[in-house]
Amino acid sequence: MKALAWLLSLLSAGALAGPVQIGSKKFTEGVILGEITTQLLEARGVGAEHRRELGGSRVLWSALLSGEIDVYPEYTGTLTQEILADAALQSPHDLAARLASVGVGMTASLGFDDSYVLGMRSTQAQELGIRRISDLRRFPDLRLGLSNEFLERADGWPSLRAFYSLPHAGVRGLDHDISYRAIADGKLDVIDLYSTDAEIRQFDLFTLVDDQNFFPRYDAVLLYRQDLPRRVPEAVAVLEQLQGRISMRRMIGMNAAARIDRMPETEVAAAFLRQEFGLQGSVIAVSRGERLWRTTADHLLLVALSLGAAIAVAIPLGVVAVRRAEWARVIIGVASAIQTIPALALLVFLIPLLGIGFAPAVAALFLYSLLPIVRNTYAGLHDIAAPIRESAVVLGLPSMARLRRVELPLALRTILAGIKTAAVINVGTATLGALIGAGGYGQPILSGIRRDDFGLILEGAVPAALLALAVQGLFDVLERRAIPRGLRFRSVP
Amino acid sequence: MLSFTDVGRRFGAVNAVDGVTLVVPSGTTTVLIGPSGCGKSTLLRLATGLEKPDRGVVCFHDEPLGAETLPRLRQRMGYVIQDGGLFPHLTGAENVTLMARYLGWGAGRITARQALLADLVQLHSDQLNRYPLELSGGQRQRVCLMRALMLDPDLLLLDEPLAALDPLIRVDLQEVLRRIFTTLGKTVLLVTHDLAEAAYFAGQIVLLRAGRVVQQGAVRELLEQPAEPFVEQFVKAQREPLRLLAEAIT
Repeated sequence: MKALAWLLSLLSAGALAGPVQIGSKKFTEGVILGEITTQLLEARGVGAEHRRELGGSRVLWSALLSGEIDVYPEYTGTLTQEILADAALQSPHDLAARLASVGVGMTASLGFDDSYVLGMRSTQAQELGIRRISDLRRFPDLRLGLSNEFLERADGWPSLRAFYSLPHAGVRGLDHDISYRAIADGKLDVIDLYSTDAEIRQFDLFTLVDDQNFFPRYDAVLLYRQDLPRRVPEAVAVLEQLQGRISMRRMIGMNAAARIDRMPETEVAAAFLRQEFGLQGSVIAVSRGERLWRTTADHLLLVALSLGAAIAVAIPLGVVAVRRAEWARVIIGVASAIQTIPALALLVFLIPLLGIGFAPAVAALFLYSLLPIVRNTYAGLHDIAAPIRESAVVLGLPSMARLRRVELPLALRTILAGIKTAAVINVGTATLGALIGAGGYGQPILSGIRRDDFGLILEGAVPAALLALAVQGLFDVLERRAIPRGLRFRSVP
Repeated sequence: MLSFTDVGRRFGAVNAVDGVTLVVPSGTTTVLIGPSGCGKSTLLRLATGLEKPDRGVVCFHDEPLGAETLPRLRQRMGYVIQDGGLFPHLTGAENVTLMARYLGWGAGRITARQALLADLVQLHSDQLNRYPLELSGGQRQRVCLMRALMLDPDLLLLDEPLAALDPLIRVDLQEVLRRIFTTLGKTVLLVTHDLAEAAYFAGQIVLLRAGRVVQQGAVRELLEQPAEPFVEQFVKAQREPLRLLAEAIT
């Protein structure tokens, strides 16, 4: 237990030292911006490390505050509407002042904003002469399809409708991906979208001008810790070089390159820096083999550390539960309660304690592995027949010797079965570690889902399944070897 | 040697042992007998320390059994139960020598002692190298007996050691037991429900009923001077199978 704590602190300390830590949210645009920032810092001689796809706004924000990361791309609208939830912060100046009060600095806009917009097929917009949202008033028969989220939010469709006095009724709520198909096929005329969506280019959509400024601005900015200049004096100047350099068209193009043309974000970012900054930085292309080797190593380390620690803790807990009946309920109750916490919630709980990345993932897997081992250790010891247990007592063996020479060997089969269950669950659950930047087979799965790249999903899912089978096989062999011969007979031959 | 002084043990509302005072003299065999539920097994378990008395004292070598004395005193007791007491993950020989190995006996001493005991209970060394599940019921009880005798204890506690065996093997093992009791001069406390077996082994028979001692003495005393009608009934019931057998063959 002590060793585990030491190891965890070492791992999180290791993450804090060294180069500037750039975080990014787990969606394509965030990853591209994170990658551009990282590569530019590197090109300017500032060591930087990109910790990609760490989670949503909340995770990134807390990681920034706690110093897990130094920089991440964010949107002003997200800050005012969601994170700070303070509508009074209208001007960039107010926002910057408010951020400064919690030790966070902010660059000026990178050059585009990624807000909600309404879009139409370019051909139809041209035909009808619609350019602005207020033009829609003249066409009450247009069919609107809005994402469920936008349709229901108080600051979504109901306010927009009232604000512009739109006459449209019977607005349909549907999934974002479906609404693109529907508008392309001419089943819908107006949909909501984000202003930098790759599909704008793909389906040749026209985004209507928000002429009465209904939508809050979602200017893309870089947030950084205010202690960054003290630690890496030249870093902020480099971040500021990106101000105003990424146009809306540019961003849509990059999103399309990544999402539709399936170009890796690393290359998208490199291409941008080559064109915009004349940087000849060569992207080190990572081969599939190398990537697989790295994710395998990450995954094995996650499983081995967490399972090893769980075995070391859970078997003694199981022994205590058998020896002290009054503790059994507490020990098994707590282990069961931990099991009921959803993995994602547990990971989020652990972030304030252990930060992001490897340490909280190991801790969560450790906690999940406890129950099967504790319960089987308890059951295995508890089910030893009374005559056998009592014979060992009357023989005069002290408690520890009884445990080691008689009780644990007799319970071994059940304990091993518990460890096997924990290991197989662990291998599968470890894929969730990628949600908080711990790497492993979850990394290609997450990226694959995000980029709609089935091959990449398989690159994580197949080895994860194979590893689970291998672990199962390993324990089957171990069981055959480790179970004493006298316990393998079923009856007198 | 072993003494019970006004010992009582309750299980819920049942008085399993209800005020028993009894002395088991050194070097003799005492048999506890009585119908099911009379408390004979509980009394034996009180002697092992597996049960703690609610009242009264159990003494061994003039020391009361307790948390401090038991670890030491148990090394001077051998315990054999009906069946199921062998450790299934160890061979017969490993079962026999487990405690001696734990205590750090030398290999030579262990081998010598094991050979002597194997001779005594008539087991071959290849039988001793089998696991309990590979042995017959009679062979298992012989291994149990060796295990109980390994440290050369003063006191042997046997809880219906032959009850699970078929009659032929049982007779065989009765002889082995009696030879051990008489030649080794151990103090023996044995539980049985069979009067004939009790008579075969015993110097002293203790007849129990509902947790109390009804009569105690040589088998002849029980037969000729029953202390109360229950003793007569018990003896009669025990003789009944023999009477039925005699009737059937005449």
